[in-house]
Amino acid sequence: MSLTSTTADGTQIVTVNAERIDAAMAIQFKEDMRSTTENGPDRVILDLSEVKFIDSSGLGAIVAAMKQLGQGRKLDLAGLTPMVDKVFRLTRMDTVFDLYPSLPDAQAVNRVES
Amino acid sequence: MVDSFSCSFTATELDARTGVQDVVNRLREMGVPEARADEVQIALTEAVNNVVEHAYAGMDVGDVRIRCNLDPEQLWISIGDAGVPFKDGQLPAGTRQDLNVSLEELPEGGFGWLLIRELATDVQYERNDAGNNLSLRFEIQMRNAKPA
Repeated sequence: MSLTSTTADGTQIVTVNAERIDAAMAIQFKEDMRSTTENGPDRVILDLSEVKFIDSSGLGAIVAAMKQLGQGRKLDLAGLTPMVDKVFRLTRMDTVFDLYPSLPDAQAVNRVES
Repeated sequence: MVDSFSCSFTATELDARTGVQDVVNRLREMGVPEARADEVQIALTEAVNNVVEHAYAGMDVGDVRIRCNLDPEQLWISIGDAGVPFKDGQLPAGTRQDLNVSLEELPEGGFGWLLIRELATDVQYERNDAGNNLSLRFEIQMRNAKPA
């Protein structure tokens, strides 16, 4: 699973360089997120703009990635493509995460909720 | 006029991925509108993942057999496997879980049946000597249904 990480203005941006987060890659994604976000800034933005498809395993892995951050840190999601957006809304996980239409939209909100 | 096709593939995560994509691409070619084909892909992926993860758990991996019947208003997809039956012979309810909980208590699974039940118009399950047969029905508004 390819993830790219950059940190700017106290925010870590993790970009998923894959078209799918599905059952075949969910465990790898969760592990890669753990190592990528270890000891980073409090706010992490996950850029999903290249991800065209997610299934329930991938969704669970994103929830797990947020839990791994622990209290006081936050995972925001940016750039959801139509099918990914649909899965988040149908499962009401759009109420658990803050979703932004694009990475710049997410970056424009530069704050960490306590 | 009903168009139909069937296929089968080995119940592994990677074969399931390409198998489902092939089925959905074919449905698009047959005129299922893009947005509904996306929804079929989400529901079918969950149904097939369940076969991969549960039906053949603890035994030699077998096949997933898929048959699609498409008429101008409806799509039926039957998903067959030779694995173990659903627990208590019943399909999971796929009810919503409480998301108004602390971070640690957020569910990381249990979304698959919720997605299937939200997206399919009707779901039927039958267990027979050959194994499991799950039938998903989707209402479809066909794009330019081709003349027979």
